[in-house]
Amino acid sequence: MENNWPLWEIFIRSKNGLSHKHVGSLHASDAEMAMQNARDVYTRRSEGISIWVVASENITASNPDDGEALFDPANDKVYRHPTFYDLPEELKHI
Amino acid sequence: MDTSVAYILHLADNALILGQRLSEWCGHGPILEQDMAMTNISLDLVGQSRSLFQLASDLEGMGKSEDDLAFLRVGIDYKNCLLVEQPNGDFALTIVRQFFYDAYNYHNYQALLKSNNEQLRAIAEKSLKEITYHLKWSSEWVIRLGDGTEESSLRVKNAILSLWKYTGELFTPVDYEIEAARSGLGVDLEKIEILWAEEVNKIFDLAGLKVPERGWMQKGGKKGAHTEHLGFILADMQYLQRTYPGQKW
Repeated sequence: MENNWPLWEIFIRSKNGLSHKHVGSLHASDAEMAMQNARDVYTRRSEGISIWVVASENITASNPDDGEALFDPANDKVYRHPTFYDLPEELKHI
Repeated sequence: MDTSVAYILHLADNALILGQRLSEWCGHGPILEQDMAMTNISLDLVGQSRSLFQLASDLEGMGKSEDDLAFLRVGIDYKNCLLVEQPNGDFALTIVRQFFYDAYNYHNYQALLKSNNEQLRAIAEKSLKEITYHLKWSSEWVIRLGDGTEESSLRVKNAILSLWKYTGELFTPVDYEIEAARSGLGVDLEKIEILWAEEVNKIFDLAGLKVPERGWMQKGGKKGAHTEHLGFILADMQYLQRTYPGQKW
């Protein structure tokens, strides 16, 4: 059977306090069905407590060909990283 | 056989046989997502049957295992409704069968929350979380097929026509159900039928489908008089335990 249903991107929040994370995509006729499919495909091993579904066509992605212009200029600007500070010993999780 | 054991076996057999039927879709679903949805539901149902077989065995007190009850009985001892043993047919038929059953199962288990048997109440409570999803899943599909393309609508109408005659049995109590309702173990099917009809009317309305007249209904499954399909299901399901008795994995 030809599957001409739209594609949906699925985001799962694994637990409270964490952000939704992209886990994959699937086909579904509409948002409600995408939600059900996501539940069946991506949460059957207790992976999450919240699901977002987003129509893939609504996502605007950066073009790999633009990679040089978008990302390379940051490579030689090491001063943007907070690596020049001496952190006190007591400070954790930085 | 004790009527309370028979009643629990009836509930267990409904779940087991429909679970077995749905498992036949494994690897054959129309799309990957629905393949998984159906096998998930199948596993839920088999899990529910396991708890119920355990309860039936406890009530019977003969020390039988879940496997003994699932794999070593013959067709006439099975007490499932005729509806759940009907072949999968096309996707529409599977969906309509599931919807008719889920709508019944949901309200039946809601009522079982008030059973006088604590273990049965606990099984009903745990199962209801799964059944609530099953009903949502099958309802959404009935709506989409009924209100979908010309072909999907035609297929779902044909499915309703061929399965309707098996819905009456769900609400026609046999001796062990009458006794279970009287003792407080089971439920009053008359009340379930009203809730079921409301559910079916609501979803069919949204799907643009017509609910058939009640008409003549098949029955017999609950007392062991099955359609020819059950034998094939059992042959498939019981083959391993009968060929290699006691085999485990």
